[in-house]
Order: sequence, then structure tokens, then C-alpha cells
Amino acid sequence: MSNKSKNFFKGIKDTSPLMIPVVPFGIIFGVLAIDLGLTPLTTIAMSVIIFGGASQIIFLQLFSAGASSFVILSSVGAVNSRHLLYGTVLSEHLSDLNLTWKIIVSYFLVDQAFAVSNNHFKKNKEDKDKYFHLIGGGLNCWTIWQITTIIGIYLGSIIPEKLGLTFAIPLTFLALLVNDFRKFINVIVIIISGSIATLGYQIIPYKAYVIVAAFVGLFVAFILTKFLKKNYE
Amino acid sequence: MSNLALIIYCGLITFLTRFSMIALLKKEMFNDRIREVLSYVPSAIFPAIIFPAIFLDNSGFIQLDDNPKILASIIAMIIGVFSKNVLATIFSGLFSYWTIIFIF
Repeated sequence: MSNKSKNFFKGIKDTSPLMIPVVPFGIIFGVLAIDLGLTPLTTIAMSVIIFGGASQIIFLQLFSAGASSFVILSSVGAVNSRHLLYGTVLSEHLSDLNLTWKIIVSYFLVDQAFAVSNNHFKKNKEDKDKYFHLIGGGLNCWTIWQITTIIGIYLGSIIPEKLGLTFAIPLTFLALLVNDFRKFINVIVIIISGSIATLGYQIIPYKAYVIVAAFVGLFVAFILTKFLKKNYE
Repeated sequence: MSNLALIIYCGLITFLTRFSMIALLKKEMFNDRIREVLSYVPSAIFPAIIFPAIFLDNSGFIQLDDNPKILASIIAMIIGVFSKNVLATIFSGLFSYWTIIFIF
């Protein structure tokens, strides 16, 4: 087996345990999209073109609330700003790639692939084919995401509406925050952002409550990390 | 804007956030301080989706009485903090919600 395929299959193997929560996430996305009136084709297009769970679900949430295109776009952008962090961390390992490979690698840079490939890259700094690890991991996520979206589309037409599955949206995001509930600054930021979004839902124009709350939350994090970090850690 | 155009633009934004740092970054552009603040992005943005979906009714008004989502979310949060498991969090919340609305 060539070194490239070795890296590729290692990426698939390493991301596999992380695929377990992706399965219900993808299904929930498919079910909700159909529930909210999107066509199956549009739903699949979202999973292929956007290929990001949090982005796609916030899209649905705002779309069904009647938010404007601009607000949906900026909210998706805000949710995605965490990728800037991933790119920053990985850029030192990927700086030698040509533009085509950088584009391909970027498309596959999802949370799960980042988590495992970042470790792999650190341990294999000298291997020039190591980026195939990220492609393998990313492609694994991609395949699972498309399959579960399609399963969700199918289930969405048979699951009764009174089950209230839209409640899975806040629960999914809650689940992504479980590690932050133990940290003081994070809890403050969570409470402030959540309160502003809830109280501002009716008042803040253009359904921009997500963006406004997120920016205030981040600003609070900026202030608190500056003044508190030294004292309590 | 048509739905498909909007999806394409959202896809483009998602891609650009993944691509920009890999393509453009010179190491000194992002110092530790910016990285530290960026690590709070999930805590800053996810609650803005979570809280309104729990505390607001269908017409966008705050509903604290007779709202099964509040108790179900608290149960999910407790399970989540102790199990640190994404699936356990989502499903404990859903099952508590269904228990409250269908049984009580």
C-alpha cells in the first residue's frame, strides 16, 4: 500500500468512532428539512454544498422563522467562524500543498476530521503525504453525512409532526456545549448570549438576534478572559 | 434570492472560513489572544439558538409556565455534563420531552 493510501485509510479508521453521533445528527437534519417544507432535492443539495451540520441546522431554524437571506448568511458565517481556528492550527502542516489540494482539503475540514487529523499531523510532521489522513477522515464524514441525510429525508415523510422533533435543534446544540458547562467563563457567556437572544427575539430587527447575541457573548468572553483568567486558573 | 442561490452562498461562506486560513495564513497573523477568544465562539453562538427554541412559544413570546421543553432541557443538560456524551444528551432530552407531553 502506498504511503498516501496508508494515510487515507488511517484517516477513515481514526474518524470512525466519531461518526456515531453524526448518524443521528444527519438523520435529524433530513427529518427537520422535510418537516419545514424543503424538497428532498434541496435538502440533499444543502448537505453536499454546505456540508456542515451546525450551519445547515441554523439555516433551517432561521429559514423557517422567515429570516432574510442576509441574516441567514451572516449567521451561517458566524457559526463557521470556528473553522478559522481550525485552519489556523492546521496551516503550518499544510503550507506546502498546491492550491488545488488546499481547496480539496478545505472542503473536508469538518469538526471530526480536524480533531483526529490535528493529532495525526503533530505526530507525523515529516510525512509529506500526511494530508491524505484529513482527506480520508473528511470523506468518511462526507459519506456518512450524505447517507444519513437521505435516511432522514425518507423518515421525515413518515414521522408524525406531534412528536415535536424540532426540539431536537436546541438539544443538538446543547449537546455540543456539554464540555463548556463546567467552565466559569463559558457559563457566563452562555447565559448572556442565551438571554439576549431570547429577550431580543421580538425586539431585534431582521431576526438578527443570533448575530447580536453571539457578538455580545464574544465581547464578554474577550473582557472576562482578559481580567479573570489569571485569578481563577 | 432563490433557495438554491442562498444555499450556494452559505456553502461558499462555509468553504471560505475553512479555506481562508489554510490558504492565506502567515503565522504571526493570529496571536494566542485571538485564538483564545475564538475558542469561545461555540459558547457565544449556540445559546443564541438554544435558549429561544426552549423558552419561546410558536409566536415568539416567552413561555415559562406549562413549558415541557424547560424541564426536558435541564435533564438533558445534567445528563450531558455527567456523561459528556452527545447522543445521551440529545436522546435524554427527547425522551424526557415525550414522557412529559404524552404521559403527564
